[in-house]
Parts: sequence; structure tokens; C-alpha cells
Amino acid sequence: MREVILTPKERPDVPLEAEVITPDEFAGRDPEEILELTVYEGNRERELGDFFDLEGRPGDSADETRIVIDGDVDHVKLIGHEMSGGEIIVEGDVGRHAGAQMEGGRLVVKGDADDWVGREMKGGEIIVKGDAGNYVGATYRGEWRGMSGGRIVVKGDAGDEIGEWMSDGEIVIEGDAGIMIGIHMQGGQIIVRGSCGVRPGAEMEAGTIVVQGRVEDILPTFKYQGTERDPVDGVSGEFHLFKGDYSNGPDVKGKLYVDAALNDVPE
Amino acid sequence: MAKELLIKNACVYDPLNGIEGEVMDLGVKDGKIVDPSEVDESKAKVIDAEGRLTMAGGVDIHAHVAGPKVNVGRIFRPEDSRRLQVALKKLGPRSGSGFSVPSTTLTGYMYAQMGYTTVMEAATPPLMTRHTHEEIRDTPILDQSAYTLMGNNWILYEYIREGELEKAAAFAAWLLRATKGFVIKMVNPGGTEAWGWGKNVHSLDDEVPYFGLTPAEIYQNYVKINELLGLPHSIHIHPNLLGEPGNYEITLGTWDAVRDAGVDPDPQLGEREQIVHSTHVQFHAYGGDSWATFESRAEDIAKYLNKHEEVTIDLGAVTLDETTTMTADGPLEWELHELTGFKWANCDVEVETGSGVVPFIYSPKNPVHSVQWAIGLEIALLTENPWQVVISTDHPNAGPFHRYPRVIAWLMSEPYREEWLERVHDWVGQRAVLGTIDREYTWTEVAITTRAAPAKMLGLSDRIGHLGEGAYAHIAIYDIKPDEVDPSRDYAEVERALEQAWLVVKDGEIVVQDGVVVNEVTGRTYWVDVKVPEDILEEVKKDLETKFRRYYSVNLGNYQVQDVYLPREERIVIDARDRF
Repeated sequence: MREVILTPKERPDVPLEAEVITPDEFAGRDPEEILELTVYEGNRERELGDFFDLEGRPGDSADETRIVIDGDVDHVKLIGHEMSGGEIIVEGDVGRHAGAQMEGGRLVVKGDADDWVGREMKGGEIIVKGDAGNYVGATYRGEWRGMSGGRIVVKGDAGDEIGEWMSDGEIVIEGDAGIMIGIHMQGGQIIVRGSCGVRPGAEMEAGTIVVQGRVEDILPTFKYQGTERDPVDGVSGEFHLFKGDYSNGPDVKGKLYVDAALNDVPE
Repeated sequence: MAKELLIKNACVYDPLNGIEGEVMDLGVKDGKIVDPSEVDESKAKVIDAEGRLTMAGGVDIHAHVAGPKVNVGRIFRPEDSRRLQVALKKLGPRSGSGFSVPSTTLTGYMYAQMGYTTVMEAATPPLMTRHTHEEIRDTPILDQSAYTLMGNNWILYEYIREGELEKAAAFAAWLLRATKGFVIKMVNPGGTEAWGWGKNVHSLDDEVPYFGLTPAEIYQNYVKINELLGLPHSIHIHPNLLGEPGNYEITLGTWDAVRDAGVDPDPQLGEREQIVHSTHVQFHAYGGDSWATFESRAEDIAKYLNKHEEVTIDLGAVTLDETTTMTADGPLEWELHELTGFKWANCDVEVETGSGVVPFIYSPKNPVHSVQWAIGLEIALLTENPWQVVISTDHPNAGPFHRYPRVIAWLMSEPYREEWLERVHDWVGQRAVLGTIDREYTWTEVAITTRAAPAKMLGLSDRIGHLGEGAYAHIAIYDIKPDEVDPSRDYAEVERALEQAWLVVKDGEIVVQDGVVVNEVTGRTYWVDVKVPEDILEEVKKDLETKFRRYYSVNLGNYQVQDVYLPREERIVIDARDRF
């Protein structure tokens, strides 16, 4: 695998839209060509080279290409957009929509990720070593089809509405998560090792949510099913199982597991 | 811009004038077609078409492109806007978005890009028609009209129940004027009204709650009203039980019921031969008694049409896309919502109609959708007389209008259909006959079913749908040479060429060049101004004052669409005073 190192230089006043920072776009291109790729600063077309220095060379295909971003790029959106293979390592923080619509490969963020990391992800793996914002693995505004494959791991905390409209794949939050995780969920799995806010699984129809910490409040449209031990791989202990969300009708299959020692069953 | 155009070496298909692929010159002067000898070549812009396919501007007889429910579709489907986004100067001067419910700008551009210059908005709720005209005004290039929804109107129902046909006709004329409408449109007559009680009608003899009328009686009275007024177009109907397995029987029964009224086509303008235009007939040609036994009854539908030239149709062909359904058929949309679980919008329009909107995904893997796809094409291919058929997708219900080139390519090429038969569900082989049909449309038949026939059915064939002298200079030239291309084999070439016209002329001005809009002209709005006997109209107006006070949330004076909403009206005056 060959490596390209991007070092951020000029920091624009408005966020940069740089969906070209992917192994797919870089693969097979000369460094000069890569620096000429178009990025958007507001409504102005600029070149990648205006904002980054470049070292190294990409491979011939996405799978043979690793991109290392040596610094904070919390002002850069859409890094890893639609990437199908290869690797992106961000040494610092990353901006919104990192790994959006990703199909394969690996994205590692060593700092924090802003909102919408892994939005509408189809495959591949995203690891965020710090915290993540809202809408981890969620869908976009107004869309009703979300993450359909792949895996997202957040070592720190995550924000609200993670896994919105998710239909397959897995999201693991090692820390705490915000409110309404797995809202509209249609399938797949969300594991929160810490605690989460109110209304997990609101309007979910299928899929599994596991909360190993405390849940602030469970919706009254979930039905208690009893307790279960070690409900999914990598999770041990005793859990209360709820089914829902019955606000979507009688045939829902959503499963919500919450730690039995830390949570009471609502009356 | 030059006032005169001379188009040389155009390979013209103009069925209304009996021209089939003749390479000839076309003259344009002051927005109209003239004999080429009348054009002063030294002053005119001269274009050499080099034998390219040339037809009159396309005419869409049925599409949902303007008005409140279209806008509901746009508002509640942001994901559809996201799917197709066209930036500034890509397709024309302005930007736009929306795949199945495009913005007004994009609607105008994409129709013009395909060489269509006349597009009729198929359903406007009278009370909200001001909005429809605002959107028509905002849609560039296209000539349009609004079809006024009357099929579930309390006031008409009351007159009909009391046997006051002349008053009913006078009210229909008043309503056409009040809404600046062009056609008497009927959607699920009786059913949408029953939906106000959470019900529907299930046969032509079901009584509509409160009114006691049956759909059969409603049709018969409406067709009499239409011919009494002598409107250019016939009644334009969306029959009951759209989309229900087994509904072909009620469709055929409906046509029988209309014929039983015993009236002949009697337009004061135009030469239409039909007394009823039955729209999106694909949705009304289903056999079986459940989704499990669902099958095509296109053969029965076509057999009927082949015997009865007084009935015309448009296809409502399914294109197997993700789209948005929208109709004044309120109960149907509720059923679709229940069937799919997708989001649903619903509206009741006071005393006159209702509507619903639901997204829909037609998938070639789905057995029912696959058969639906086959039915639309079967009807087009099994109906012998192309003058009874118009190509439509009931945009956006069965698919977006910008798929017309693909529908045409399917009709022109058996190999192209074979290619898709491989892709769709096996049910098509078992429950439809598409695979056994070898007919392929000719360019003349394409010109008939996309221009000439709809223009004639609408009563406007004196001015649109053809390229004879005096016609409006709406000309579409496509980058394909009929003498060099075999549409059966080169179907991809046909589809590509029809998607992006080489040159489109609207009212004598070049509006599209190489598939890109270069000039936005203002389209005209057709409407019918029908004069009825004063004394009857006065009585109706007196009734209306009471009825508006009793039933409506708006005043009579605020109801009517003012002239200012039509920046370029084409008022078609019909004097029906001697016909009562």
C-alpha cells in the first residue's frame, strides 16, 4: 500500500467541502493532479493544493492507497465520501460528513469527529478515537433510508439521533450517547457501552439496540419481555428486553436491551 | 432573434398532414408555420437539419406538474429533490431540483429538452386553482392548461340529483371560467366524496353517501353536460378503483355507461371523435381478485378500444422508477400508504374534492410492479388505432415524464423490450402477454401518439400537434436520422436522441439547442370561456350565493381566479347559448 500525506496549511473562514479526499479519487493520479482537484470554499471553486501540502504517492487503485492527514481538519467536510477501499488516517479532528456514503475501506480519526460521521454508510469501517457529534451513521435530512452496512466504532461519547433510519451494519459507542438513538431504525445493531438519553429506539421497526449503562427514559410504546443474559456478541451480563416501537403498529420487531442492574422496568 | 426561420432538409413526420418522413423545408414567420417560399432567406435565420427527425412540439395530455398537490409532493419529498439537482447553466439559465417532482423551472426545461411544448396539468382543485396558475406562470416555455376537478362536486351532484341538467351545465361553465380551466376532469367519481366518510365506491351502482347518486349516473350526466357545452375536449376521466386487482371490469363498465348516455361528440372547436378520454388506463386494466392472483387484462382493454373509437386513452405507463404518487383519489392514496408503510399526505378540499400523496418505488424485482410495467406497453401495442392512444406516465404516478424517451424506445423496439423482460419478474411471462407481441411503433405512430392524437383529442389540432401552414411554430428536431437508424436495433440511440432534442422552436423562437435551454419564453395558458344562456346562469349564481354562504370557507367574490394570474391567456370562447 502506498501513502499520501496531506498537511493542512491555509484555514479558510468557511468550512471546506472536499469530497475529493478519498483513495478512489487519489488512486492512479500524479501528486500535481491531486493538488489540482476541486474543493469548494463556500460557492467558490478552489484547488486542494490551496489548503494542503502533499507528500508521497497514491497507489494504482483505491485499495492500494492510504491517505494520512497530518493535523486538525475539523473545518473540512466530506472526507472519505463514497470511498470504496483503501485507508484514510486523520491524525487530528475531522469535520462533518466524514465517511459519508462510504462503501468500503477504513477511516480512522484519532481526534474527534463532527456530526454525520458515516452518514448513509454502506460498507467498510470507521473508527473514531475521540468523541463523535450527532447523527453518527444516520441518514440525511428528509431521507428515510440510512446506514445499510459496515461498522462504526466511537471510543468516546456520541451525540443525538445516532443510527437514524439505519437498516443494517453496526455502531458501537464506547462512551455515552445522546437522545433518540436508533430513531426510525429498520435493522442492524447499536451498542452503547455507557449511558444514553431519552427515547432510545423511537419509532424503530426492527434491529437491536443495547445500552450497557443507564437509559434516561424508555418510551411507553415499548413492551417489556423479561430478562436475557449476554444478548449479543461481545456483551455480557443480565439485560431487560423491550420490544417496540408499537407506535408503528402491531408488527414491530425492534429489540431494546438495557442493563438490568442499572435500570428499572417502567410500570 | 430573427422573426423568420427557414429550416432546411428536415425529415418531417406530420401525421395530421399525411407527411411520413419526407425531407423538406419548413418556414416560420411571426411564430407560425408558413410556406418556405414566404420566408425571406436573406433576413431569416437558416438552419440545415441535414435529414434529422423533425416533428411538431410534443403534447402531453395528462401530467401533474403544477398546483397544490404537486407542491405537497415537492415539500414532503426532500429526498427526491436531493436525487436530481441541476446547477445554473447546466440545462438552462436557472438551477432546479427534483427527480419525480421537479421544481417548476426544471419541469419546463426538461419537457422542452425532450421537444415537448404543450403540457396539460391534469387536475386542479377549484378552490386552490389560483396556486395552480401561479405555478403554471412560473413554469418556463410550456403552453399549459388546468383540468378542473369536478367529479366529486357537491353543487353539481345536487343539480344532477334534482334533474337540473341545464343548471348543472351552466354551473360547470361558470366553474371553468372561475378557475380558468380547460377540461371537465373526473377522478374516482363518488369515491373521493365517499372518502370524506372514510368510504369508497366499489361498483358503478354503489350509492354515494348522502347524494344517493351512483357513479354510472354521474358519468352519464357529465358526458351530457360536456357535449351540451360543446367543449373542445371530452370528459377526462380517472375511473373508480384505480390500482385494484380485477378493476378492468369496472373500467369497461364505465365506458359502456358513458356510451349508454347516447351522446355523440359535439365539440364547437376541433375535430375530436371521442366522447370520453380515459386516463392512465394501465392502472385500470388489472385482472385477478387479489395481489396474489393479479394479472394483465390489457387484451380486454385493447379489444374494447379496437371496437369503440369514441373512447380514447393515455397509458400511464410504469417506468420502474422510484417516484411520487399524487392524485385526487384520496382513498387510493390511503391504501398505498397502508400497503407500503411510506409517508402519506392527505387533503380534503371542502365541498369539491380531496387528494393524497405517497412516495412509491416500482421495482423490477416485484412481481406486481413488473406486470404493471408490461400492461402499459401492452395497451399501446395491442390497440390498433394509434389515434386512440397517447403516451403518458401519468407523471409522476407511474414514472417521471422524463422517461418518455424510454417508453417510446420500448414501443419501437422488440429487442429492447426483450432486454427488459430478462430483468423483470417471471410473472410477466405468466400473467402478461408482452413477450408474445412483436409489433414495433413506427416514427409515424410515435408522432401520432405524442403529438397529433393528443392535439386532436384536446380539440386544438388547428394550432398544435402538426406542422401545417398556420400552426403555431412549435418544432422539435432530434439528433437522429430516420433513414440511417433502425429503431428496433438502435434503441439506445432512439432513447438518447429523444431525451435531448437537437433543436426546439417554440412560437418561432429557438428555445433548446443541443439539449440545453437557451431561451425562456412565456407559455400560454389555454382556458375555455363558455357562454351559456343568461337566465340559467343568473339562477345558478343566485344558488351559488346561498351555497357558498352555507358550505364554503371563502366568499364567492374571492373564489374566482383573476385575469392577472394568466400572463399569456389563450381564451377559447365557446358560445353554447343556442345549444340549451
